[in-house]
Amino acid sequence: MDDHILIQTKDMQKKFPMGQSELTALDNINLEIRRGEFAGIVGPSGSGKTTLLNIIGSLDIPTSGSAVVLGERIEELTHRRAAQLRNHHIGFIFQTFNLLPVYNVYENVEFPLLLLNMTAVERRSKVMDALEWVNLADRAKSRPAQLSGGQSQRVAIARAIVKRPEIVLADEPTANLDAENSHHILRTMENINQEIKSTFVFSTHDEKVIRYLHRKITLEDGRVTADKKFNGDLKNNGNP
Amino acid sequence: MVTLKLAIRNLIGAGLRTWLNVIVLSFAFLAIITTQGLLQGMNEQAARAMIEAEVAGGQFWHPGYDPYDPLTLEEAHGPIPQELLELIQNSAATPVLIIQGSVYPGGRMRTVLLKGIDPIQEIIAIPSHFLATGSQTTPAIIGNRMARNTGLQIGDLVTIQWRDRYGTFDAQDIEIVQIMQTSVPTIDNGQIWLPLGRLQELAEMSGEATMVILSGTKNLPAITSAWPFQNVDMLLKDLNDMVASKSLGSTIFYLLLMFLAMLAIFDTQVLAVFRRRKEIGTLMALGMTRWRVISIFTVEGGIHGVVAVLVGAVYGFPLLWYFTRVGWALPSNTDSYGFAIGEKLFPVFPISLILGTALLVMIVTTIVSFLPLQRILKLKPTAALRGRAQ
Repeated sequence: MDDHILIQTKDMQKKFPMGQSELTALDNINLEIRRGEFAGIVGPSGSGKTTLLNIIGSLDIPTSGSAVVLGERIEELTHRRAAQLRNHHIGFIFQTFNLLPVYNVYENVEFPLLLLNMTAVERRSKVMDALEWVNLADRAKSRPAQLSGGQSQRVAIARAIVKRPEIVLADEPTANLDAENSHHILRTMENINQEIKSTFVFSTHDEKVIRYLHRKITLEDGRVTADKKFNGDLKNNGNP
Repeated sequence: MVTLKLAIRNLIGAGLRTWLNVIVLSFAFLAIITTQGLLQGMNEQAARAMIEAEVAGGQFWHPGYDPYDPLTLEEAHGPIPQELLELIQNSAATPVLIIQGSVYPGGRMRTVLLKGIDPIQEIIAIPSHFLATGSQTTPAIIGNRMARNTGLQIGDLVTIQWRDRYGTFDAQDIEIVQIMQTSVPTIDNGQIWLPLGRLQELAEMSGEATMVILSGTKNLPAITSAWPFQNVDMLLKDLNDMVASKSLGSTIFYLLLMFLAMLAIFDTQVLAVFRRRKEIGTLMALGMTRWRVISIFTVEGGIHGVVAVLVGAVYGFPLLWYFTRVGWALPSNTDSYGFAIGEKLFPVFPISLILGTALLVMIVTTIVSFLPLQRILKLKPTAALRGRAQ
């Protein structure tokens, strides 16, 4: 596999049992996502976006076919190895932020580093960098309950990128945000993508997000119906 | 460290729920210590009283003596072996003669044991010196229970009847010279203490005894005798058996308390797995293994036990200390317990009991916390992130 290809799926299929029958969530997915891409999986609700992200993030496994992420075959990973892969190489951003309510902003961002057994000095430097990127250094002591939706998502972004993962997976990151916050979040992620060269993969059906993507993978009924790349972002290339 | 930190924060975040669990657990912790301390205090107090008043350093029994078979008592006496006589002469032992008899307080007959003891002995804590009178009438001591049951008082004359060594019935009036306050029912109920020499004379058993009680305060060489030696442990066996049977009740009580406390912990953990599915999913997404997530929840449960012990120590230990000082006043019918306890029971809380109970509470809490968490092993991260149960 090409060194620059971080994510590769071949004839990947995912089915879920639905009573007596099965629901095909993903069907014959063949994708390659390269290092540093800012790609979006776009499609309506139920098209399989989150399922695809979950498999890439080693939270789930394909029913058939293969998914190779950072050289690891997802369907062959043990629970422990999958956890290690997520711990070291993948950052997650969720639609509902999923911050740990008992930790403050600083501690939420610090959490992935604690799992990596970094020293306190190293952690502090990385956490403050991440908070600077998302412009929340002054809210380090705040609790998640004291933050707005936009701020919470920025904390979630900081938590996802603090360990400088090779892949950041964002599941509908702007779905719970207003337009201004959405644009702010997307600009932040775009900047981070350029700065730390992490690969960003979004699932979204939000037009605001789509305008920022450098690559748009369209899913419909579990199938890739379109896969378009742009030199810059869609703002500069017009709406495809 | 992360596990501990997260567990502690989660507990603090849970607020009132944590404190309710902790308080219930601390009650259970203290109740266990209290019941066990009372039992241990009862055991020690009774053993001490029995040793002081009856057992001393052990007893040599006439081979025919069997305290559980009154029919053999008639034959359970004999000349004191020479090696024991030497001990008696050195004030290291004292002989006791026991024969069966009857007493007629208020004209009613009651079967009693007539026990002869040396009035000047100091081996057992019986006020035998009251028997050393120059009176023509035979002096006698009875215990407070015996006095209560028979209505006899100091100065009363009462008729006793007995059979001498040849089986001949004889009777005589005795005078109650002292009513001893004792907590030991086995030297009290149905017993009349007479001067040894006088009883030997009445029963025509001169120089004979049923048992020789060894001093408990002197270091004595091992003595072999034709009379079998009953050591302190053997003589306290009945007491220990009785305390053990009573401890069953307290064990059931504390098991019940522990069960209720553990039910609260179990319930909390079961609810946590449901309520905190999304958090569990997030932790997995951040790279925690299932077992590490389980360890966080288990540590949370275990901390309940640790905090309960600490909280229990703060409010409970001063109470327990006060208890050990002032004792527990016992109801007047304490005699029905069947063994020696005074008017107050002083509980004993040895460090081993406190540490052992603390350890038990912490271990059981941790185990009970862990049991419901096995659901997490089956929980898919994707389902957990959606907040769904499986």
